[in-house]
Amino acid sequence: MSTFLSTLKYAKTDEWFDPATGKVGISDYAQDQLSDIVFMEITVSVGDEVQAGTQIASVESVKAASEVLAPVSGKVVAINEDLPNNPETINSDPYGAWFIQIEGGDPANLLDAAEYEKHCQERAH
Amino acid sequence: MTEPTLFELSSPGRTGMTFPEPDVPRFDLPEAGLLRDDLPLPELAEVDVVRHYMALSRYNYSVDGGFYPLGSCTMKYNPKINEDTCRLPGFLFTHPLQPIETVQGNLMLMYQLQEWLKEISGFAAVTLQPAAGAHGEFTGVLMMRAYHKARGDSKRVKMLVPDSAHGTNPASAGMLGMTVKVIPSDARGNVDLQALKAECDDTVVGLMLTNPNTLGLFDENLEEVIRLVRECGGLMYGDGANLNALLGIVRPGDLGFDVMHFNLHKTFSVPHGGGGPGSGPVGVSERLADFLPAPQVAILEPAIGDTPPLYGFVTPKHSIGRMKAFHGHFGGGLVRAYTYIAMHGAEGLKDVSQYAVLNANYLAARLRGTYKIPYDRICMHEFVMEGRVEGSDVRALDISKRLMDYNFHPPTNYFPLIVHEALMIEPTETENKDTLDRFADALLAIAEEARTNPEVVKNAPHNTPFGRMDEVKAARELVLCCWLPEGYESSR
Repeated sequence: MSTFLSTLKYAKTDEWFDPATGKVGISDYAQDQLSDIVFMEITVSVGDEVQAGTQIASVESVKAASEVLAPVSGKVVAINEDLPNNPETINSDPYGAWFIQIEGGDPANLLDAAEYEKHCQERAH
Repeated sequence: MTEPTLFELSSPGRTGMTFPEPDVPRFDLPEAGLLRDDLPLPELAEVDVVRHYMALSRYNYSVDGGFYPLGSCTMKYNPKINEDTCRLPGFLFTHPLQPIETVQGNLMLMYQLQEWLKEISGFAAVTLQPAAGAHGEFTGVLMMRAYHKARGDSKRVKMLVPDSAHGTNPASAGMLGMTVKVIPSDARGNVDLQALKAECDDTVVGLMLTNPNTLGLFDENLEEVIRLVRECGGLMYGDGANLNALLGIVRPGDLGFDVMHFNLHKTFSVPHGGGGPGSGPVGVSERLADFLPAPQVAILEPAIGDTPPLYGFVTPKHSIGRMKAFHGHFGGGLVRAYTYIAMHGAEGLKDVSQYAVLNANYLAARLRGTYKIPYDRICMHEFVMEGRVEGSDVRALDISKRLMDYNFHPPTNYFPLIVHEALMIEPTETENKDTLDRFADALLAIAEEARTNPEVVKNAPHNTPFGRMDEVKAARELVLCCWLPEGYESSR
């Protein structure tokens, strides 16, 4: 069973956003669907202004390659430089394995944990 | 069980041949470091090499060995007469730089193939140059860009690609620096018209449509999709990889497509898999014909009386240039495809598509009670079902691996991405009902195993030379070299 954290907000495209810290990653459900992640790459840099819905990273598992989108608009203030060297931590600790940190992101359009869980269940059937 | 590598089989001094005495004076090479002596090539006798490769070939699974329902790949049986024709000395012993007067037969075959592909697809002109499907796409998108540029329309940078398209479509547009906009599918697996309308504006280069799409479905809104794209000044690209469903039934050129690549190695029985060689000719409408790659095969002088025409090469007026050093994969691709079309004729090609569609629908009908088919309507040459079973936690990958124990090649798995645990099944027209039934029986048996004995599915395959491969380890710890040159470790 996938884990959904109530402190986080979620995009329908399976990214999480932490309103407290501005960190962004992919959900437990997403990593489970992708299965073992073998490669990841962050495609934005510190200082970039990103728009919600545009690509910030890509992840590749043995099953598929997938784009990771910005859940909110804002300025990139940090990227997790260690993550590309240890992509398997996205599987083992999806809510610890943050990709980038966005400043000034407004989570108003994102789902809360319960809504996102429902969204995941709907897609599974 | 593991076959040693040639390097492991090597024994110092063993050799496969004896050099004759030289008939020129011996000469010592200058000591200028021209040759290195530290290249550890394996030393083997001929029999060692033959047995090594025979052993490896027995691990292989091929369409000559069994059913190969790999969705999207059209792994049809390739008639052996193709092997005879492509080895005819007149084809085999020619060189692309020969004067045209000495290769009129080759040029006539290429010209006729262009004409046949035009007739099959409804396009105004065809190039045979592209080396494979994705190369054909790239060629097609280059022509789309050249067309807009020639009209002085430089705003167009956006390529629309439905989410049910082949993955090479967005990649081809991306390689040309275009912005790719993904258009979602609607509940019936068609292009979502509302989403398409929202993207149609004067920055659209065109739309790349795979039809039938990767769900194996013919887009029910096709005419409306084409109308919308044309209305905003865009061009229609057709991915012809799934042409096997349409031969003699509908022609993309008639529907309003501007450009489409053919996969001769799928639809027209050229062996493929293992990386090629493919063959990806491209057909275009009248308005793109002047942009075709050069050179094109054409009739330079018409036939007069008993004198046959003179075939040769021409350069289209606004040609995008050469896409390949020579003229396409001539013997490997073009001669085989020519043979296939000639052997079938127009009625035969129509039968090909009708049986391909019938076979896919028959399999879907036998399986839909047990496996969920998410976009479930009459399919074309392939269909996509979910590789999971009610009351079991086995996944598509497990089912695929278990199929190998039943001596079938697995279907394409985890594609398209819009279906959970996707298994994409394309039987092709060359399979008889007995084979289809055995395959359906195997999948039904596996569903039963998944409920009653899931471990046997999760740990499959059991009857193959090797068991379940560690794909994660293979991807993370890629080793392509069986020996490491000196100094490799220190130079990392």
